[in-house]
Amino acid sequence: MSVAGVLGELLITAGVLTLLYVGWQLWIGDMIFGAQRNAVGQDLSQQWEQEYAGPAPSASPSASPSAAPDAPAEPAPVEPVILPEAGDGETFAVMRIPRFGADYAWQVAGGVTRERTLDPIGIGHYPGTPMPGAVGNFAVAAHRTTWGAPFNRIAELHVGDAIVVETADGWYTYRFRTLEYVEPTEVDVLLPVPQVPDAPAGSRYITMTSCSPMYAMTERIVAYGVFESFTPRASGTPASLTEGVPA
Amino acid sequence: MYAALWRVLPGPWWVRVLIVIILVAAVLYGLFFYAFPWISEMVNPQEVTVE
Repeated sequence: MSVAGVLGELLITAGVLTLLYVGWQLWIGDMIFGAQRNAVGQDLSQQWEQEYAGPAPSASPSASPSAAPDAPAEPAPVEPVILPEAGDGETFAVMRIPRFGADYAWQVAGGVTRERTLDPIGIGHYPGTPMPGAVGNFAVAAHRTTWGAPFNRIAELHVGDAIVVETADGWYTYRFRTLEYVEPTEVDVLLPVPQVPDAPAGSRYITMTSCSPMYAMTERIVAYGVFESFTPRASGTPASLTEGVPA
Repeated sequence: MYAALWRVLPGPWWVRVLIVIILVAAVLYGLFFYAFPWISEMVNPQEVTVE
């Protein structure tokens, strides 16, 4: 066993390990972590459903009185339940985007720090921006690559695609409107009316930010959506989740 | 190095192959679930927020 022979084998091993790392970083790691996080999100969604079905329907104290379970097929628009702002790293919702697959179910938690929300949980809510369904701009951030990459396919959204935020109270359906690429300092995307300073808050928007280009951090990709409706849990899964995704 | 490992392993060739497969699987598991995530935090900064 010569020194050169051992050295050669060590170098080959180092090369193989490096290639393995690249493969893990680009594909395998996100598949593993993403599958785990989506499963956790689906469990949480099921838990909400069971908690609702288990005790009396009055278990949802903040449900609006107009949420009659025996409403006809075309229920009147329900005023959305507005949750209090979640604490840092506290999960309050599960985001569902049919365009990204029926099993897409990433948790949404308060705060946008990497160590407490974006890395371990998934999607982070910008502190100080409104909660889902509220007038103004519900702003969130998530990784586009690495850590399971919740917003990996953000650039594939089509106009009108459903972006559904599910909470214990029900489903907030937003519809994707447009994409924008901005500088990392462009905080105006978080305004009550995105990119329009001084405009009074009137409509309900969602803003999703992520990194651009992929595997880099020189720019940000921003997806905007507009609020469509709130579906209380009593009314069951909204059409936005069951209607399928147009090609 | 790897030849020496092969000679150290006990049993007929197919037992040795089995042991090697298990060893490789264990190493891959350790890399994918512990080593690589740890390295990734240091070499791959990803910022997704506007600030």
